Amino acid sequence: MANSAAVSVKVRKKKESQFSLVMKRLSKNKLAMAGFVIILILFLLAILSSWIMPYNYDEMNMAERFAGPSLKHLCGTDEMGRDIFSRLLYGARASLSLGFLATIISTVIGMAIGSVVGYFGGMADTVIMRLVDILQAIPGILLAIAISACLGSGFMNTVIALSIGGIPMTVRLLRGSIMGVRKMEYLEAAQTINCSVPRLIIKHILPNSISPIIVSVTMGIGNTILMAASLSYIGLGVQPPTPEWGAMLSAARTYMRDYSHMVLFPGLAIALVVLSLNMLGDGLRDALDPKLKK
Amino acid sequence: MRLPSFRERKGVFILMWKYIIKRLLWMIPVLLGISIVIFTIMYFCPGDPAASILGNSATPAAIAEKRAEMGLDQPYMVRLLSYLNQVFLHFDLGDSYFQNQSVMSGILYRLPYTATIAFICILLQIVIGTPLGITAAVHQNGLADRICMVIALAGVSIPGFWLAMMLVLFFAVKLGWLPPYGVGGLQYFILPCVANAFAGIASQARQTRSSMLEVIRSDYIVTARAKGLSEREILYKHALPNALIPIITVVGNGMGMMLGGTVVIESVFSIPGIGMYTTSAINNRDYPIVMGGVLFLGALFSLIMLLVDVIYAYVDPRIKAQYEGQQKSWRRRKKANG
Repeated sequence: MANSAAVSVKVRKKKESQFSLVMKRLSKNKLAMAGFVIILILFLLAILSSWIMPYNYDEMNMAERFAGPSLKHLCGTDEMGRDIFSRLLYGARASLSLGFLATIISTVIGMAIGSVVGYFGGMADTVIMRLVDILQAIPGILLAIAISACLGSGFMNTVIALSIGGIPMTVRLLRGSIMGVRKMEYLEAAQTINCSVPRLIIKHILPNSISPIIVSVTMGIGNTILMAASLSYIGLGVQPPTPEWGAMLSAARTYMRDYSHMVLFPGLAIALVVLSLNMLGDGLRDALDPKLKK
Repeated sequence: MRLPSFRERKGVFILMWKYIIKRLLWMIPVLLGISIVIFTIMYFCPGDPAASILGNSATPAAIAEKRAEMGLDQPYMVRLLSYLNQVFLHFDLGDSYFQNQSVMSGILYRLPYTATIAFICILLQIVIGTPLGITAAVHQNGLADRICMVIALAGVSIPGFWLAMMLVLFFAVKLGWLPPYGVGGLQYFILPCVANAFAGIASQARQTRSSMLEVIRSDYIVTARAKGLSEREILYKHALPNALIPIITVVGNGMGMMLGGTVVIESVFSIPGIGMYTTSAINNRDYPIVMGGVLFLGALFSLIMLLVDVIYAYVDPRIKAQYEGQQKSWRRRKKANG
């Protein structure tokens, strides 16, 4: 009894050290940490936006239409005199949750398919991978355009349209990385002690093949936010008056010749989020790189 | 090393052709798959094209008649098969609901604009992105590396259409150097191409840098240096060829991004290309155009990926060696039989 407790303590300690090793490497990377901090701050701002925004996001003030950036309106006002800074803060909710939700949905579905396919192989593998080939032959944004043209605009429809396009890549990535570990001795060992298949996949295979997925999720969120903005821009996706960043750009394009602040700030907001996600993703990739393990 | 004889080279050539033909044949199921996927998505679209063609004043009877005429009252499988038959056996993408024109001729008419943009962009990506990545890798952690990587990181993070808007504001509205939108001479293509290529240049530079870094650390580079070769020779004769494979992959994938990107960029600059054609059809619910446009761009992308695979086989000595091995066994078999 005491013996097994000691063993489990030892195992746990080893697991933590693995995780903390990665975290330690990550925390040494200044760029990645900067990205992480910016994302955290933006998240906080998005959550707290209802309380901290200087004006209500849809409060119109016709007397101050098209006001340039000033102390009163940090990023100026739009064609209805709404404060752009407040709209950006509140819009962070839509843009961030769009990116995170769509990526997480596609990753979960993709991982479920990818791990089953990668583990069992055979006929299912051939069929699914051919399907993946077909879906990947359609450029991502086009697939998203087609699906959201069919579903119509709106938040949930956009999430669905964007997440379907992300599934094939996750499947391919996870399958490839599972193929790499499938012949390992520790899996044989787990099988010989009668480990059930779901347990084998979840407890033994996934933790050993998940690092490319972690990196691709981080980068994928950024890409999804970019794609969501493009969709809103061409008139699909989330539509005005919802203060989503892409939709704000789409609404502002009519006035951009004379009031450039209206397109400047939403674009900067998108670029900032995606940039921080990419910096974090780069750092994670370096930190998780098995070649650096000592 | 003995150079391969003409006969041997011919053998490799034939095997390469076999490979290319095999890949070309594989394109047929892929294209079938794309059209089934797109048709199915469009099938579930809400709205009745017959009603929207006839307008608000049409009677239900007239709408039903129109639906029957257009074949919209048929079940899913029948419509799918007739669409596939039309596309693959007659190379006909159907007719637009609202424009008096077949989708195929509409696409072919607009293809030059999209093709020009995509071609210039891919050229910019290769010509600017690759040297940027090499410079960064050679001066790892130096100033050049930092600058290149900041540019690259910004490039993959900025939305292309927003960059396009900013470029228009600066170069067209403020300085008045370039036209803000429309088509015409070459100067009309400068802003769209720069905006669209920026992301490609950035990802190309990133990939080139990381694969060059991997190669530069390997033993044969140390050997080459010990042999007393100049840095230039080491870089271009030993390092770059070995780093090419991932770089070519990025060019291929970048092509997909370019084609997707042009769809959005065309709408910023009002360029009447395939992307503009497709996206404006979405608003009219002109489904044959949407299906045709996506299918056409998907086919174009598959063709480019095929080209990339073939270039792979030429560039990568390992893949080539595989063919030479095959060829040897093939000749041995021939000898044994004859």
